[in-house]
Amino acid sequence: MRSNKEEIKTPKVRRKKRRSLNREFAVVTYSMIALYLALIVYFCYFVGFQSEAFINHSSNPRLSVMSEHTIRGDIKTSDNVVLAHSDYDGKNETRVYPKGREYAHVVGFSVNGMSGAEKDANFYLLRSHAFIIDRLKNDLFEKKNEGDNVILTLDSKAQEAAYNGMGSYKGAVVAMDPETGKILAMVSKPDFDPSTISQQWESLTSSSSESILLNRATQGLYPPGSTFKIITALAYDRNGRNDNVTFDCSGDFTSDGFTIHCYGNKAHGNQSFETAFANSCNTTFAKIGLVLKKNSLKNAAEDFLFNTDIPTDISNVKSSSFTMDKSANDALIMQTSIGQGNTLATPLQMALVASTVANNGYLMEPYYIDSIENNNGINVKTFKPVEYGRLISKKEANRLKKYMRKVVTEGTGTGLLTSSYKAYGKTGTAEFSSNKNEAHSWFVGFANKNGKKIAVSVIMEGAGAGSSHALPLAKKIIDSYLSK
Amino acid sequence: MIHIITTVSRFTMIFIIAVYTYYCFSALGRPAEERGGLFKGQMVYIYLLLLNANAVLFLNTNDIRIIIMAVAEAVLIYITNLIYKKLYSNANEIVVNNMCMLLLVGFIMLCRLDMGQAIKQIVYAAAALLITAFVPIMIERWKMWSRLSYLYAAIGILGLLCVAVFGKVVYGAKLNISIGPVTLQPSEIIKIIFVFFVASMLCIYTDLKQVIITSAISAVFVLILVASKDLGSAMIYFVTFLFMLYVATRNWTYLFAGFLMGGGAAIAGYHLFSHVRTRVIAWQDPLAVVNDAGYQISRSLFAIGSGGWFGSGLYEGMPEKIPVVTTDFIFAAISEEMGAVFALCIIFICISCILMFFNIAMQIHERFYKLVALGLAVCYGIQVFITLGGVTKFIPSTGVTLPLISYGGSSILSTIFIFAVIQGLYKRAGWEAEADNEIK
Repeated sequence: MRSNKEEIKTPKVRRKKRRSLNREFAVVTYSMIALYLALIVYFCYFVGFQSEAFINHSSNPRLSVMSEHTIRGDIKTSDNVVLAHSDYDGKNETRVYPKGREYAHVVGFSVNGMSGAEKDANFYLLRSHAFIIDRLKNDLFEKKNEGDNVILTLDSKAQEAAYNGMGSYKGAVVAMDPETGKILAMVSKPDFDPSTISQQWESLTSSSSESILLNRATQGLYPPGSTFKIITALAYDRNGRNDNVTFDCSGDFTSDGFTIHCYGNKAHGNQSFETAFANSCNTTFAKIGLVLKKNSLKNAAEDFLFNTDIPTDISNVKSSSFTMDKSANDALIMQTSIGQGNTLATPLQMALVASTVANNGYLMEPYYIDSIENNNGINVKTFKPVEYGRLISKKEANRLKKYMRKVVTEGTGTGLLTSSYKAYGKTGTAEFSSNKNEAHSWFVGFANKNGKKIAVSVIMEGAGAGSSHALPLAKKIIDSYLSK
Repeated sequence: MIHIITTVSRFTMIFIIAVYTYYCFSALGRPAEERGGLFKGQMVYIYLLLLNANAVLFLNTNDIRIIIMAVAEAVLIYITNLIYKKLYSNANEIVVNNMCMLLLVGFIMLCRLDMGQAIKQIVYAAAALLITAFVPIMIERWKMWSRLSYLYAAIGILGLLCVAVFGKVVYGAKLNISIGPVTLQPSEIIKIIFVFFVASMLCIYTDLKQVIITSAISAVFVLILVASKDLGSAMIYFVTFLFMLYVATRNWTYLFAGFLMGGGAAIAGYHLFSHVRTRVIAWQDPLAVVNDAGYQISRSLFAIGSGGWFGSGLYEGMPEKIPVVTTDFIFAAISEEMGAVFALCIIFICISCILMFFNIAMQIHERFYKLVALGLAVCYGIQVFITLGGVTKFIPSTGVTLPLISYGGSSILSTIFIFAVIQGLYKRAGWEAEADNEIK
């Protein structure tokens, strides 16, 4: 042991050397400790904050076990109307839906697979924040705990107006608060009775059922019709807009052998762009489509989140699609510019367009689970609004606002002109078959009163002109929400 | 009634291990005379946990083998104490206690998950303790260990090569080799030989030539492991080598350059090998590939998340839904049924072991033994870190076992071997200190 001998001879030198070698040891020790501290902090963070996404995942087999220990909590609207409740007789749990069909799609069901809020909030409904002593007592005696209640962002007045206003038409409504992203109403028709879902399962899922279970508000893909002109207007604003140019409309316009007609073949005459927007003049927008730079329409649509996954807590939302590319011929360009062609949008998508314009170009992520409370009504958790980001500039938003206001003051949307609030919008009449007499009735818009805002998107399948069906329904929703 | 006991035991078991863990750290700041009582106290808590957990296990299964296991566990722990604390009068008690505690937690969880494996595990552990009982004395008395450098290298490389050529492919990696009925995982044992090799090479000379030779031979070890797709072990060997080189040469540049190279290799590996990419993809967003590349890690996180801070209670969770739960993912099962707080205590007990290892390494004067202690400490520390990190998605999962807790003979033998060597070194340190005092 050579080193040993040296060390023994000169203890002072050795000690010095040893101390400094131990400095390297300290470095190694501290780096190891740092690694572990990071791991511990991460682990605690995961268990405390991140784990919910995992526990709540549909592939986690443990959720079904949780329901054996918990009475499923209630689902309520933001104004405290109970939408779903579990009756428990000590043995069996029966899920009842006091508002039934009115909230069928948005609240969903918890048997035969799950859907709606029952699915998206499944974990919260099965978790209990009841008083700890009660829970321990229940645990010990193998009794069921009372699950937490889930409060949705929905407004019962707005929902009622939307549901009743839809009448016997098929279609969908989405209403949201542009400044928070809270969904205020969501209706899809045809509907079903959620309390008898298992008995009717066969007929509801059969091929002849007209997709009753499909939530048209988030999954229905429709041609946007003239409501798409908001996006064409944005593209025109960005390249080629000239305020001195006027458009002459003779009721139809032909290019490359394809003819575009205005609604009812009406000739709008000589008009500014703004007036053409207010009148929903098809020939003007077809002409604009042809002069726009290639891809500028696509860019505008994608800025509004077409071809993108919608950021939201609602599951199974379809993305809207805009497919026109550089190789498109005149016919397709003209159709696409007026919202026909191959473009497809969900009612939620068009609500986001209106909401973004209303919120000065910023999109708030739409969400419908507002908060969680325990069985005694004590708040456990509140979901905060999340800003997705800026989709269009403030200037662009202001100009679109001006156009959409003009629709209401002197265009196709005068049905919304009232002194009690200020409304903005765009009507749409979307053809969906070769039969020109059949068209979906669209309205997309927003309104505000004393700082309170609501954005709506309404589609009524096969109802005809936007101004005659979708707009009056939108008005009912806006009235009911802003009158409070 | 059974349910009541299971539920209450969730909290009592957490309490027991929490007090035990507290003792581990409160001992650090106290003078040696006061520590003895603490260590005896720790033993009491080990036996309490043994009783409590086995009572729950038995009540839930009514399996008579649980009682036999419980007795066997108690005897094993008692004998281990006898060997280390009586035979070797001045063993490091905290290391012995921690070894027993971690073994016990492993036995409990294996009984819960797979009785057959639990029985095998306790046989392996008993055999390993018997075999390694002589290690401390061999380390303490024999003097040849520092001179066998190239022999270590030859044995180590040959062993790893055997696996790379003849090994069985399990989960895409070659880890095991079968000799008759026995399946060995040589990289577990060879990592100890590797530490001895590096220490013997760098204990006297640390000039550039020596560093290059040592690095080149070490690179062979690591590359064979990479070729066998045993990435976890490759990482353990690599980091262990780097830290040993840094301490031996006292040169920052080696450490820095080494980690740069390691990072570069990781990036190259990501682009070159699809099996590396899948692990990274699974790590980034396991839920996006939940039934595919992210299957294992998401099942692990479902378990940890659902168990929460205090666990579901034994037999109340679904740890059997986690893949390879008795080996690589046993930590997730513990966290699910015994609680995240219990799991945190396990992490702290492992940290306590690592700190003791480093502490012992610092007390030794002889460079060779100092480096061996350091190497083993890093080796153990990194292995625990990458398995815990992998299971909890802190880092991409690489599939290594949790020492002393995971099922597996090779793993348990190698870890007990490490603990035994450390005991030998601890005795050596004490012996050196006495020599020092005599000179004074």
